[in-house]
Amino acid sequence: MSELILQAKHINKSFHDPVTVKVLTDINFTINKGEFVSVTGKSGCGKSTLLYILSTMDTDYEGELLIDNEMMTGKKEAGLASIRNEKIGFVFQFHYLLNEFNVLKNVMLPGLKLNKLTAAELEHRAMEKLKMLDIEKLALKKANLISGGEKQRVAIARALINDPHIIMGDEPTGNLDKKNSDLVFDIFKRLVEEYNQTMLIVTHDQSFAERTQRTIEMEDGKIISK
Amino acid sequence: MNARLIISIAKSLLLARWRQTLIAAIGVTFSITMFITLLSFMAGLNDLLDGLILNRTPHIRLFNEVKPNSRQPVNESPEYKNTYNFISSIKSGASRQEIYNSGPIMQALKQDSRVLGYSPKLTAQVFFNDGAVDITGVVNGIEVIAESKLFHFSDYVTEGVAIDISKIPNSIILGKGLAEKLLADMGDIVQVTTVKGERFSLKVVGYFQSGIQDFDKVQSYASINTVQKIMGKPGNYITDIQVRLKDMEIAPALAKEYTALFGADAEDIQTANSQFETGSSIRTLISYAVGITLLIVAGFGIYNILNMMIYEKMDSIAILKATGFSGKDVKRIFLFIALSIGLFGGAVGLLLGFGLSAIIDQVPFNTASLPTIKTYPVNYNPVFYAIGIIFSLITTWFAGWFPARKASKIDPVVIIRGK
Ligand SMILES: Nc1ncnc2c1ncn2[C@@H]1O[C@H](COP(=O)(O)OP(=O)(O)OP(=O)(O)O)[C@@H](O)[C@H]1O
Ligand SMILES: [Mg+2]
Repeated sequence: MSELILQAKHINKSFHDPVTVKVLTDINFTINKGEFVSVTGKSGCGKSTLLYILSTMDTDYEGELLIDNEMMTGKKEAGLASIRNEKIGFVFQFHYLLNEFNVLKNVMLPGLKLNKLTAAELEHRAMEKLKMLDIEKLALKKANLISGGEKQRVAIARALINDPHIIMGDEPTGNLDKKNSDLVFDIFKRLVEEYNQTMLIVTHDQSFAERTQRTIEMEDGKIISK
Repeated sequence: MNARLIISIAKSLLLARWRQTLIAAIGVTFSITMFITLLSFMAGLNDLLDGLILNRTPHIRLFNEVKPNSRQPVNESPEYKNTYNFISSIKSGASRQEIYNSGPIMQALKQDSRVLGYSPKLTAQVFFNDGAVDITGVVNGIEVIAESKLFHFSDYVTEGVAIDISKIPNSIILGKGLAEKLLADMGDIVQVTTVKGERFSLKVVGYFQSGIQDFDKVQSYASINTVQKIMGKPGNYITDIQVRLKDMEIAPALAKEYTALFGADAEDIQTANSQFETGSSIRTLISYAVGITLLIVAGFGIYNILNMMIYEKMDSIAILKATGFSGKDVKRIFLFIALSIGLFGGAVGLLLGFGLSAIIDQVPFNTASLPTIKTYPVNYNPVFYAIGIIFSLITTWFAGWFPARKASKIDPVVIIRGK
């Protein structure tokens, strides 16, 4: 039997501003280790909302969330922060690099926070990730001086630095052209195939979703197929 | 937690906004500079004003007060032992102003390790005769060397030489105001009449200026021998022994001890001059109030820059939180920024404050009533510097705390969704 990485049990979520609107209704699914899962659905159906809950950043929901068989629901802010640091990697539509730092330091930052390896070991590791994504020559460039596609690859390297259990992405290719989207998809695919990395990617892009191993389809806050 | 990481993130946020940071730091620098300068100057002024009196006031003055004898006959009678008696049949007239056994007392003072020095003194009430008018005055008989060493007497002699009164027989140093009243020039002879009606001629060998005009209008100084002669008293007659202690604070306790030991009255400086402490403490209070106000203003500057920084760095804060930094970490980053502004600005402020005090110390300040003072007074007390840096850290900590808390509460979901 394969290992469970993520379990969502009866997750419900409503926004109360200005009127109460139910955005997620009874979401149930699990993700196994090494799976490449995409989430699709019409705009406004609640994909991002779900992803923020799964990523532990949003704690205002009903139901239960387990990551690596550990209950996330009800944990304190600091505890969730360290779970995110150690077990979850993020790639967003917008790259969110820290412009004050160079590319290498951006990639190292979650690792420095985890504080398990020395700075030198971490630097070596960050360089490996950059090399794997073919952007090692950018290592010492300031983060705001590189192209959008490059930024997204740096963000992927950053997501990988602590060897997370799962990488989550909210339309990571949404802001990229066809060529760069394909590049990012190939990277994801390689991570899954070569490194057995678990992936959960929200996307609009139908061709992207078709190429993943499994697609969760949503409509009006409900899962219609998984 | 990983302090080095927090510091390195704080540092790069700081450097990314170094201009605004610098301005916030300059605000702190300015207020600390003013704080130090103000306190040093005020304390210098306090020392000066206190010195006007305190320098010349003995820490303990031994004398004999003219008062009724405490051993009244009625108290000695066994019949009235347990009653309250208020009949004084031995009047004050029978007591003397002279300190009994002044020789042995001075011997004992010499041996007391708490005593820095002492100087004997006697005072005579006289009339200075200026034509038909008599001007009341006081001639103080002093030992010039001891008086100069302990109470800076020679510093206040503005014309002539202090030591002359002990060298030239029948000579006197007049208070400047008194000399002006008498139209007495240097080398002139002034006539004095004692309360008992005897007349003496004394030669003016100097002027004396204490800084307190009323004092200078009545006081004059001569040697102890001269005054004993005027009063027709023997060579061991003195009315006061002025004691200077190594530590002024023990004066009240020691005064009590001496009263019991020597059988003379002893008055300590704290009792004699309590009003001066009040003046000093109010001036100090004002300096602190102004200094702290300046610091609070600087604190608002820091508050502003941090708020701005947090507003600009929302995205960075959101990504830090998304990648595993807790609210506490984010708070630490911004508190560290605030404190380093406070520490850096404060340290430069201390240096500039020291510089500015040193400049003020050089500015000429000549006033007729303060002959010994040539420049503005400044007190370089290290305590002011310690207080300055502590205050600057406390204010910046408070100024940083609110923005830092705000940053720690930023919800990454709101920021990421908002893009
Ligand atoms: N803070 C909020 N307050 C109220 N309603 C919200 C809030 N955030 C999102 N919503 C609503 O919740 C619903 C789901 O939003 P969500 O962002 O999850 O959609 P999505 O599936 O990610 O859409 P898209 O594909 O366009 O990104 C939408 O109808 C949206 O208007
Ligand atoms: Mg979305």
